[in-house]
Amino acid sequence: MKILVALKRVVDHNVRIRVKEDGSGVETENVRHSMNPFCKHAVEAAVQIKEQNKAKEIIAISIGPIEAKDVLLNALAMGCDRAILLKTEKEQKIEPLAVAKLLKIIVQQEKPDLVFLGKQAIDDDANQTGQMLAGLLDWPQGTFSSKIELEENRVNVTREVDFGRAKISMPIPAVITADLRLNVPRKTALPMIIKAKKKPINIMEAKDFNVDLQNRLIVERISEPPKREGGKILNNVQELANIINELEAEK
Amino acid sequence: MRILVLATHDQNRLLADNARIIGAAKKLGGEIDMLVVGHNVRDVAKNASKLEGVNKILLLDDKLFSRPFAQLITPLLVQLADNYSHIITSSNSVGRNIFPRLAAKLDLMPITDVIKIHSINCFDRPIYAGNAIETVKNEQAKTILTIRASEFEKVGQEKEGEGEGEGEGKIENIKIPKLAINTSFIEEYRTKSDSPDLTTASIVVAGGRAIGSKENFALVKKLAKKLNAAIGATRAAVDLGYAPNDWQIGQTGKVIAPKLYIAIGISGALQHIAGISGAKKIVAINDDIDAPMVKIADYSLIGDLNEILPDLISRLKQK
Ligand SMILES: Cc1cc2nc3c(=O)[nH]c(=O)nc-3n(C[C@H](O)[C@H](O)[C@H](O)COP(=O)(O)OP(=O)(O)OC[C@H]3O[C@@H](n4cnc5c(N)ncnc54)[C@H](O)[C@@H]3O)c2cc1C
Repeated sequence: MKILVALKRVVDHNVRIRVKEDGSGVETENVRHSMNPFCKHAVEAAVQIKEQNKAKEIIAISIGPIEAKDVLLNALAMGCDRAILLKTEKEQKIEPLAVAKLLKIIVQQEKPDLVFLGKQAIDDDANQTGQMLAGLLDWPQGTFSSKIELEENRVNVTREVDFGRAKISMPIPAVITADLRLNVPRKTALPMIIKAKKKPINIMEAKDFNVDLQNRLIVERISEPPKREGGKILNNVQELANIINELEAEK
Repeated sequence: MRILVLATHDQNRLLADNARIIGAAKKLGGEIDMLVVGHNVRDVAKNASKLEGVNKILLLDDKLFSRPFAQLITPLLVQLADNYSHIITSSNSVGRNIFPRLAAKLDLMPITDVIKIHSINCFDRPIYAGNAIETVKNEQAKTILTIRASEFEKVGQEKEGEGEGEGEGKIENIKIPKLAINTSFIEEYRTKSDSPDLTTASIVVAGGRAIGSKENFALVKKLAKKLNAAIGATRAAVDLGYAPNDWQIGQTGKVIAPKLYIAIGISGALQHIAGISGAKKIVAINDDIDAPMVKIADYSLIGDLNEILPDLISRLKQK
């Protein structure tokens, strides 16, 4: 079994982002970046499968600027065997559709049995790439997974859905996207990172893949959401009860 | 301009989302058809046909569709796509699963989680957990949207007698070429609860890590019951097993827009706030006056929830 894990470098989830005043975007210069949290769960899931001797090789892939090498290194430190970076220009935004098309090419070259991705990236919050890749490959998809169980030639995925959870069984090959309750990703200590530096990262140019990287959607502007002002501190429970009764009665 | 709305349902009932998705579709203008696909879903189709503004219902009733697998519904939508300029649905867990796949099949970029419609091809969507709003324009041949239902007004029901046979006349059965699927359903875990639906409730009571245990969550439920409110939770509370996953509110959970949101022992992490920005009024119970939730709440009571909650419940009028 061979697993391909796709991951994205994003602004770290602890950063309070700043919207640029001219509406052109979000400030990303000199801001801490890290692996998208959902992708981390995807990497962890793959590594755990390898540790159970159910997978031979795990390949991490990212599409992004040269700095994405850092998050790939992190994935290698977590236990992936090798990495691929499809390098884009600095500040170049690549939409999920183009990412899915690039990933499809790599899937056709590497022929993994499973492809894992995070269910969404915390920057664009699109929640699209995994489903798109599955569609382009005509593979089954198990999205928003909180449990993955391998069986012979099949994989069972428990999905987090609006009414609770649903478990499905898919033939392999399949695409699976990770939710946060899938596992607890391991921390990577410095020695692990140093060791990971010996593992290969194959860097290629995204533009060399004969995929149209032009954005389809035109971003008119990025703006700040309306701000909420803090209100009143109440003195006691009776005041709280009165307020709740009042607000409850309001239309 | 013709719009196709994929109805979302649980095979028995049309989800509350749909009336709001039609509300959003009406903002686009144009003729609105709705696709109801499932197994034994004639009643769902009937109910859908009663939604104000729906032109006709395309109904596909087949055992194959007893679960809304993306691998099946996508080819069906691809086949219908030619007739429509806009294909839209709710950005609930069904819509989010299917629509990106559909878009890829049509070689289109979809716009997911739309919170505002400026025109037939210009939309707002939240990014960075709602800390920024992206306004995007679509100049592709078609528009594929998932809509955040809580941000749109719902349409009403057409009055009885209007239209032939209470909407029945609007239902058109469709046929499809043979489709097969190799993915199967094993089991589901539905949270049993008699409280209102979280995403459309007018009052939501939610508890965080500070509730402390699954047993203590009964206090939150009791308060919710008294107010006829839906129950929510933070990711921390769900991860700790105090509450089921479908109660989670936030960037990775549900997005709510009640008139009143009561946050109990919830710090107000930005990923949680992402799910409550639509709340009209926020009331917080927290022991930390500096908690981010207290900073954005309209009213806060500072203190220990274990003392406040039982006292509050006894002082509230029963609904
Ligand atoms: C990628 C990502 C996605 C995420 N998605 C979500 C999401 O969708 N939804 C979500 O909720 N979180 C999400 N999180 C987690 C989020 O960052 C926070 O960790 C979480 O919301 C915190 O939950 P909490 O407020 O219950 O706990 P805490 O942050 O621990 O807050 C507990 C609060 O209770 C107060 N308190 C303690 N004891 C008492 C007492 N006795 N009485 C009264 N008050 C008390 C404390 O002062 C504190 O304010 C996500 C995180 C990441 C990284």
